[in-house]
Amino acid sequence: MADNSIEVKGLYKIFGPHGEKYIDAVKGGMSKDELNVKHGHVLGLKDININMPSAKIQVIMGLSGSGKSTMIRHINRLIEPTVGEVIYQGEDICKMSKADLQQFRRHKTAMVFQKFALLPHRTVIDNTLFGIELQGVSRGESEERAKHWLKRVGLDGYEDYYPNQLSGGMQQRVGLARALTNDADILLMDEAFSALDPLIRMDMQSILLELQDELHKTIVFITHDLDEALRLGDRIAILRDGAVIQQGTGQEIVLHPADAYISDFVKEVNRGRVIKVDTIMGSGSAKSDLTIESGSSLENAAKMMTESEISAVNVVGANGNLGHVTMKTVIDAMVTPATS
Amino acid sequence: MGLKDILPEVMTEFPEMGRSDIRDFKKGIDGAFRDFVHDYGEVIENFFYPLKMFLSWFDRLMLSTPWPLLILVFAILVWLGSRSWLITIGTVLSSLLIGYLGMWEDMMHTLALISVSTFVCLAVGIPIGILMAKSDRLQSVVVPVLDFMQTIPAFVYLIPVLMLLGIGKAPGLIAVCIYAMPPVIRLTDLGIRLVDKDVLEAADAFGASGRQKMFSVQLPLALPNVFAGINQTIMMALAMVVVAALIGAPGLGSQVLKAVNNQYLTLGLMNGSAIVAIAIVFDRVSQRFGKRLQRHTETIHG
Ligand SMILES: Nc1ncnc2c1ncn2[C@@H]1O[C@H](COP(=O)(O)OP(=O)(O)OP(=O)(O)O)[C@@H](O)[C@H]1O
Ligand SMILES: [Mg+2]
Repeated sequence: MADNSIEVKGLYKIFGPHGEKYIDAVKGGMSKDELNVKHGHVLGLKDININMPSAKIQVIMGLSGSGKSTMIRHINRLIEPTVGEVIYQGEDICKMSKADLQQFRRHKTAMVFQKFALLPHRTVIDNTLFGIELQGVSRGESEERAKHWLKRVGLDGYEDYYPNQLSGGMQQRVGLARALTNDADILLMDEAFSALDPLIRMDMQSILLELQDELHKTIVFITHDLDEALRLGDRIAILRDGAVIQQGTGQEIVLHPADAYISDFVKEVNRGRVIKVDTIMGSGSAKSDLTIESGSSLENAAKMMTESEISAVNVVGANGNLGHVTMKTVIDAMVTPATS
Repeated sequence: MGLKDILPEVMTEFPEMGRSDIRDFKKGIDGAFRDFVHDYGEVIENFFYPLKMFLSWFDRLMLSTPWPLLILVFAILVWLGSRSWLITIGTVLSSLLIGYLGMWEDMMHTLALISVSTFVCLAVGIPIGILMAKSDRLQSVVVPVLDFMQTIPAFVYLIPVLMLLGIGKAPGLIAVCIYAMPPVIRLTDLGIRLVDKDVLEAADAFGASGRQKMFSVQLPLALPNVFAGINQTIMMALAMVVVAALIGAPGLGSQVLKAVNNQYLTLGLMNGSAIVAIAIVFDRVSQRFGKRLQRHTETIHG
């Protein structure tokens, strides 16, 4: 399988007419506020280095204004960087010619937007095939492909509706179908589910995970919601004021928050669901008939032990026993440590 | 004793340019323009010749078509545009009444003038509007020109048009176009600029070229505004038919002019009402048509 990883290297973005003039000052440590007050420029991104793995979901998380949208728009270069590189299959996207960039956007990327950004004058089917219509795919074929994906996101029968005849959740399904119809290796999702109410949001997350199971795209998913990040993200990067303050797997972040800001973030998380037995297991096997698969959550282990009234369980992988956890270690890990 | 007596003279009498200087100044410009007309009049006339031929041809076509056939064509066009029986029947009845009252021929002249000038306005105005929307520089140049075109009294630009093209249908057409073109340009520009930034970003993200963006996103979404512009352009063209008659464009307008000059009340009222009838039909049809293009804005839920 082709390598569809994306490497962001030393990326800076300073908004304003002369961004490049202040690069050195920012590299020298000038803060966002200082830059704004003294020079009237806005620091969008500061020294971003993220390795987005191929065929995985990379989540970028942060509060409003932290630079998430700015970051994701560098991947298809809707925003020009001030300095830095975005490498995909050996090529720096930031240096592509206009024509190459257009081809790259048409064939390699597809995007889903927070506010859906559907074309209001086109029907659902015509919205869905918009991307491949731009590629020049014939009407017959594009309709067929669009119908296939509409069906996959559960919009069978809505082909001839106009977007504003649909609810928000349905509109975003159209947005997702439009992106999937493009059959691109990279899927960019900027707060794609943030405008939806909680139940529909969970629903969309499930659809995405289910699709990703068979599609294996490189997905860059933006959210300001930690639960969503932990549920979807194979890797998570946390942004604050335009800089990455921590990146890693969900577990790493929950178990070892880099600073008080992130501890605050992860305080309310259901740790039992995030942390895996592998993370806390002790070596050797315990005297117990219970076994649990490697990669299971603490919650599941606890449930298993409670139900069978046995206080230890062996963790097994494809090659046999890996270790064990006990009721005590599980509960210790599930309880949020007192904030230091 | 008034204020005038205590102030020095320079403040009470405006320090005008010398009388002979003013005369020379006007003479100079008039002379230069006359030379320009002498040297280039033919070139300009040739430039507008195709337009003149087009108008004459259309005029003759309208006049040589048997009236029942024309009324049928009107009815079909109005129906297609408005999908309203009321407007269609109203059109047929008012055409019959106008013909019965002896204004058929003049109505044909006026319709020909309005149709051709609207066509010219759209053919020139919409592309200008598109270019303007793409370039702030062009917009900053065109907007003052449009302001000028719309505010300067029509009689003033009739003078150079007359000098260049003489009396007749073509100068009438040009005068109407100068007056009626600005709205469609403005609203095309505005409509394109008002297109939702998010939607444009989506088009960019999927790799749309400039042309694809214009024709499959910007123009379709600007259409309601463009249609408002077309509607205004038609209305302004109709408002100009009397002025165009001043420089020799035949039609209902010239009858109104005759009525004014001779104080024929009934003649004036009849022709004036005929113009109003045409205006109402054009207005309703173009508005209905514009609205039908926006069916997608109707919501079912949400
Ligand atoms: N075109 C621009 N010109 C100037 N400043 C900008 C521009 N776009 C974004 N910014 C600034 O960059 C910073 C990051 O904005 P960005 O939209 O990336 O944040 P975000 O994390 O996506 O926030 P949200 O969750 O609200 O969408 C903000 O301070 C914003 O004001
Ligand atoms: Mg954002």
